[in-house]
Amino acid sequence: MGALFSLGVVIALVLVALVGVKGAHLQSLFGVVIPYLAVITFFIGLIYRVVKWGKTPVPFKIPTTCGQQKSLPWIKYSKLESPATGWEVFLRMALEVLLFRSLFRNLKMQRSGERVVYGSAKWLWLGGILFHYSFLVVLIRHLRLFTNPVPSFVRLIESFDGFLQIGLPNLMMTGVVLLGAATYLFLRRIYIPSVRYISLPADYFPLFLIMAIATTGILMRYFIRVDVIKVKELTMGLARLNPTVPDGIGTIFYIHIFLVSTLFAYFPFSKLVHLGGIFLSPTRNLANNSRMVRHVNPWLYPVKVHTYEEYEEEFREKMVSVGIPVEKPLETKETEEASEEESEGKE
Amino acid sequence: MAKAKTKTPKPEELAKIDYSPPEKHWTEVPVEFRPGTYCYGARPKYLEEVDMPNPREWQPYEDDWKLPENWKEIVLEGMEDRLNKYRTFRLFMDICVRCGACADKCHFFIGSGDPKNMPVLRAELVRSVYRKYFTTGGKLFGKKAGARELTMDVFKEWWYYFYQCTECRRCSVFCPYGIDTAEITIMGRELTNLLGCNTDWIAGPVANCYHKGNHLGLEPHTIQSNIEMMCDDIEEITGIRIEPTFNRKGAEILFVTPSGDLFGVPGVYTCMGYLMLFHELGLDYTWSTYASEGGNFGFFTSNEMARRLHYKIYAEAKRLGVKWILGGECGHMWRLIHQYLDTWWGPADFLEVPKSPITGTVFENAKSTKMVHVVEFTADLIRHGKLKLDPSRNDHLRVTFHDSCNTSRGMGFFEEPRYVIKNVCNHFYEMPENTIREKTFCCGSGSGLNASENMEIRMRGGFPRANAVRHVNQKYGVNMLANVCAIDRAALTTLMQYWVPDVEVCGVHELVGNALVMTGETERTMDLRLEELPGKEEEEEDV
Repeated sequence: MGALFSLGVVIALVLVALVGVKGAHLQSLFGVVIPYLAVITFFIGLIYRVVKWGKTPVPFKIPTTCGQQKSLPWIKYSKLESPATGWEVFLRMALEVLLFRSLFRNLKMQRSGERVVYGSAKWLWLGGILFHYSFLVVLIRHLRLFTNPVPSFVRLIESFDGFLQIGLPNLMMTGVVLLGAATYLFLRRIYIPSVRYISLPADYFPLFLIMAIATTGILMRYFIRVDVIKVKELTMGLARLNPTVPDGIGTIFYIHIFLVSTLFAYFPFSKLVHLGGIFLSPTRNLANNSRMVRHVNPWLYPVKVHTYEEYEEEFREKMVSVGIPVEKPLETKETEEASEEESEGKE
Repeated sequence: MAKAKTKTPKPEELAKIDYSPPEKHWTEVPVEFRPGTYCYGARPKYLEEVDMPNPREWQPYEDDWKLPENWKEIVLEGMEDRLNKYRTFRLFMDICVRCGACADKCHFFIGSGDPKNMPVLRAELVRSVYRKYFTTGGKLFGKKAGARELTMDVFKEWWYYFYQCTECRRCSVFCPYGIDTAEITIMGRELTNLLGCNTDWIAGPVANCYHKGNHLGLEPHTIQSNIEMMCDDIEEITGIRIEPTFNRKGAEILFVTPSGDLFGVPGVYTCMGYLMLFHELGLDYTWSTYASEGGNFGFFTSNEMARRLHYKIYAEAKRLGVKWILGGECGHMWRLIHQYLDTWWGPADFLEVPKSPITGTVFENAKSTKMVHVVEFTADLIRHGKLKLDPSRNDHLRVTFHDSCNTSRGMGFFEEPRYVIKNVCNHFYEMPENTIREKTFCCGSGSGLNASENMEIRMRGGFPRANAVRHVNQKYGVNMLANVCAIDRAALTTLMQYWVPDVEVCGVHELVGNALVMTGETERTMDLRLEELPGKEEEEEDV
């Protein structure tokens, strides 16, 4: 149900762009105004989110330790899974961010009769890696549209991406891989009952959106061709903050750029902010050295405690009776009697 | 008011688990307080003793929880306060992508099949409310944005599932963003405590620990007599009389252990191991009756309560003028000492960097906190050849080791106990790789869930651990499950009786005590459980 709703929203977005450009001829709105607003929203929104997290204190040093601690010198400790220094934390984070280390650990629980066994489960990791890296390459390739001359690293990546030399224009693998990986991530959401059970519209929507972006991109490059020179004229105008809207760019381009704008604008308000969040995760980005280096909690406030004096006051007699040393000696018989007499006298 | 009595189903029945989620969306499946799956509500006297709000008689299965009229306001304000104080809480509300990697990592999910025991859904219980009141999308789009109102039913659902999570952090090992459900459960429990909704099993030990120094409420003379009884047993076994000291000023080391080691089996056997070891070393140490608890049920209540209870350790070390502190075998105690104590009550600049008086090893890894784990201490002794050990005295045991959640994923304590065990036992076998070390499974009863009225859920939660033990039991004939945690020693014993009846449970220092050759001891014919050592009784007959 969440999936259908999200699919409906994405279809509606496509129609909005179609009608807006084909019917109402709002090329400037879809080609200039909305992309600008979207990019501004993206940057301001993401910075706002990251700053907000960053300003929230980390009261305790609570890394999740996934390997041996640094303790006795003859015990080898795990620098990557239980980092003790800032550099080791950096390495742990690099593995996490670049290679999805934790997801790579994934296991699948299976029942066989009364037994439970845990098998390797790397598909989600593989799907995730392919999805993110192909998206990154596609993004870098698009820099061609916003730079003149095109930087050499962009050309280099393009030549790798197209090394299969299939078709004309040359097939870029990452576009297809991106679409495939997004489709896989969608299908597992539908087919794995527990994952379907936890999925929200907010989980399907970005997948459909990205699938639609990849599809319109592929269509535009290989099938419903648009005039690339004119597209670059428009995008360079955007980059130079001197926008122009050349006539005769196909509608498919405006649908594509509108969907991309939606993704940018939606990004900071959604789960996609994990892009920034992962860097700030206290279970991963702190060193496991809390017995070596004191961590300060900025908002620690005084709390009520039960002092030794109060404790001894309550148990002094029992302590003395079994010979446990006390701070204040037990009141002697005479003084006790005296105080008793005193209180009797008062009565 | 009659408390619902239940019989825990038989293991064969319990092992039949249905993992298919219900037809209805999870927000439409109301929480059901089925006897055997939850703990009783905290009695008012316990809350009053530590100034917690809303003390009253109540039970979770009753309709009326007797909450203040503005309960919702209190919860939402409490949430906002915590969102601004804990980065984990705010971040983990925002960045989950519901990839499902955590889903089958939770022992309660594996043992119950209840989808709300999937870590992701346990967190969504709160996230849905967070979206409704703290995010623009949730305010605007409501249900479509995954948001829902905080109602009494939602609050009850929170309560049920936050006291059905043992804060073991296994999910956080597998989460690509390190989302730690324990952090969310801790916050959730704090919120329930704002309304006086703790469990009786947690609130009781908290009140005891605050006033009497330990969870069990052992008073000073009782602590002393319990330990003396252990010394009697040690004398019977070894012929050596040990005279430990209590609250002694000027000792070099203060020893703090969970009070579970002072009372009941098999905890006391571990304690006997400590006593024998320290005696043999001639260690200048003291017990304290005031700081007589290493564990901390306050941690299962709120961070503030945890801090209040943990005050005693440094305070007592300062009063007695010791140089450093040695800590016994306990799980969450060590998570707190390792990750919280110094932040709460440090810097402990009145203490010295711990140095073993026997080997001269300076424990650089504890140079700020000044607290050393007894297993680290013993591993160092063995490494330096300072102990005379006869591992054959553990030959009647085929041992496996259970990594406790807290020392594993909140400390990284894996090799030290294994090193010690391998030096004091000849027969050691690991459980399957995916069920040990950082991937270890909880005993099912941690974080204050080791009551008796929730036995069914404890046995369900412990099922994955028991399953792995059964594997080594069948494959290698393992009959002893060693561990470094007082809750484990109690909870795993029950768990084994239920799932793998021929396996017993012990602490690492019980094994050390068995193997330790003491100066002037008589020929050992019994282990620390006062059970005949196989082979030794025959020798007696020969004589």
